[in-house]
Amino acid sequence: MKFVDEFRSPELITKAGEEIRKLADPSRHYRIMEVCGGHTHAIYRFGLKDLLPVNVELIHGPGCPVCVLPMGRIDDGLALAAEPNFIFAAFGDMMRVPGTNGSPLEYKARGMDVRIVYSPADALKLARNNPGKHVMFFAIGFETTAPSTALTLVRAKAEGLLNFSVFCNHVTIIPAIRAILDSPDMRLDGFVGPGHVSTVIGCRPYDWIAKDEGKPVVVSGFEPLDILQSIVMLLRQLRNGEAKVENQYKRVVPWEGNRAALRAMAEVFELRPYFEWRGLGFISQSALKIRASYAQWDSEQRFTVPGVRVTDPKAAQCGEVLKGVLKPAQCKLFGRECTPEQPVGALMVSSEGSCAAYYNYEHRKPVTIASAAAF
Amino acid sequence: MATIPAAKIRFREPQIEMAHGAGGKASRRLVEGLFAPLLFGASPGPLGDAAQIQINGTRIAMTTDSFVVKPLRFPGGSIGELAINGTVNDLAVSGARAEAIVVTFVLEAGLPTEILEAEVRAMGQAAGKAGVRIAGGDTKVVEHGKADKMYISTTGIGRLLSGVEISPQSVQLGDKVLLSGPIGDHGITILLARGDLDLEADDLRSDTRSVFPLVDSLVQAAGAGVRWMRDPTRGGVATSLNELARDCGHGIVLFEEKIPIRDSVRGACELLGLDPLHIANEGQFLAIVSAELAETALQSLRATPGGEEAHLIGEVREQPESSVLVTTLYGGSRIVDMLVGDPLPRIC
Repeated sequence: MKFVDEFRSPELITKAGEEIRKLADPSRHYRIMEVCGGHTHAIYRFGLKDLLPVNVELIHGPGCPVCVLPMGRIDDGLALAAEPNFIFAAFGDMMRVPGTNGSPLEYKARGMDVRIVYSPADALKLARNNPGKHVMFFAIGFETTAPSTALTLVRAKAEGLLNFSVFCNHVTIIPAIRAILDSPDMRLDGFVGPGHVSTVIGCRPYDWIAKDEGKPVVVSGFEPLDILQSIVMLLRQLRNGEAKVENQYKRVVPWEGNRAALRAMAEVFELRPYFEWRGLGFISQSALKIRASYAQWDSEQRFTVPGVRVTDPKAAQCGEVLKGVLKPAQCKLFGRECTPEQPVGALMVSSEGSCAAYYNYEHRKPVTIASAAAF
Repeated sequence: MATIPAAKIRFREPQIEMAHGAGGKASRRLVEGLFAPLLFGASPGPLGDAAQIQINGTRIAMTTDSFVVKPLRFPGGSIGELAINGTVNDLAVSGARAEAIVVTFVLEAGLPTEILEAEVRAMGQAAGKAGVRIAGGDTKVVEHGKADKMYISTTGIGRLLSGVEISPQSVQLGDKVLLSGPIGDHGITILLARGDLDLEADDLRSDTRSVFPLVDSLVQAAGAGVRWMRDPTRGGVATSLNELARDCGHGIVLFEEKIPIRDSVRGACELLGLDPLHIANEGQFLAIVSAELAETALQSLRATPGGEEAHLIGEVREQPESSVLVTTLYGGSRIVDMLVGDPLPRIC
């Protein structure tokens, strides 16, 4: 398959692994953060950690848009959609995320009309096909998915389709990275930059990480060879004492980003003054809300949102895992009270969540001779 | 007949969810935690695809299955064919030739007769092809809205083949994993046939068929080495092998590059973030075969019509205990667990 097989070639991957081992200075311990949850999953799914020397450590970042949502927002969305004529529509990923009184799938089993959609346009279609009901689309995602939500709202307004609204939980990536770098617990050497967010925002927004913080950033694709190549590029910069932004994912990411997508977002969204992130606390200007010009299609402006703040269960350490301070297996609840079937937090069920990735792909792996003797 | 002392119920969930029918972990919890203690007593032994019953010294296998699928018709088949082949296959992988099937229909009032007729025809044809007699059945009709057009349930009995003794306990270190053909065809076909996704794969069809001819060849050529068989339906290859790993305590290591899968299935899975190992199959089966007879087993399948794409895809090892591991050519590996709930496509 084009664009997949070449980037999974065993020979090239093995070569990249060797290059990493050559570049890694044995007297250093490298801490590299992959920001995006999709990268975390790819790393575990392809077993890439097996190829890294012991002194190149990958730290999982907070780039999981479902994981960073506080439970209160899930509760709010489900409360809004509890009306008899409502349809709660969301991506599949949302369906098992636990709210205080259950996940959307559990609400569905109790009688709420909950539907999985594959894009916001599908949610709009649902509204067109069900004129007697109100479709509420629970929108999540970083800048990757925000443009399609924006375009859907533009279309809804153009069609005057009033039985449709969006409960907007889009967040932006740069403030999250800033919060990580500002945190005293974190010492990082560089970043594997988010691949799909960058197709929208481009590579410029990461300049300050290199210039002001002195950390190299390599925007990476999601195939095994992409990720390994990005680590090679980071190690090269670190060896040369450089700190710049590079684009490994050139076949998909334009340096300047996608102007049309950014324009659509600007038309529909503005930044909230602040927003609460699980694990990172309140961050100013870090989330999107729908403008007044689209008030009719904003669930929050049209209906009353309970707005209750719900703290995570005391024993859960979701916040620390999100920040990369703890590895998933170090959380006290991991694999015991918290599993993919009975999740305590979203990190264990989201396809971008690091706990889910670790649990599903890694945590019962035998220690191989190779990994034990590495470096 | 003596009453079976009921064992303790371990199923603690307050209500039944969709996940309990998906064939993965939740299903297993329901069966092991509620049905088994109440119906099979304190120590029922491992639960297989069919029950073995002794009547006057003859060993008979018996199995039942129900079919709930949407849409009723899809490229490569329909619910009627699934209903016959599914039960024939459950008997086949238990080492039995299906002899007779009885059918139950639960029909929704308002169902057009021509739809029912089409399915009954399909069942008759599938039964004829599989060489099994449809011996009788029952019909119930429920109110409009209480059944998704039709639910079909089939119960089959079969005669156990000689020369094969299968049980998870007989699986040994060094045994090989044999797969009859490409995975994921059925599940992806159904997903695309639902029309929710803007994806098309013109060449993709459900793989529904009777696997008995292949099982028969296998048993005749290498019966002494066949330790265990299963048809990987809901929950896919991963779920079947995880069940085995749990039952026998060993590890099962699969070699990713050896697993046969069509490009269109692979592509759809990549796009949706699904693992092909979790996708349902309706015309394939897995067998664990001794190392000495593995090659003979493989060749017997490849020489049988319909078995040309059989592959040896892995082996039984000590580690990781009770788990399934998939390895890649470049030295990476990942654990593959049983399916949790329904496979849900990812966001970004």
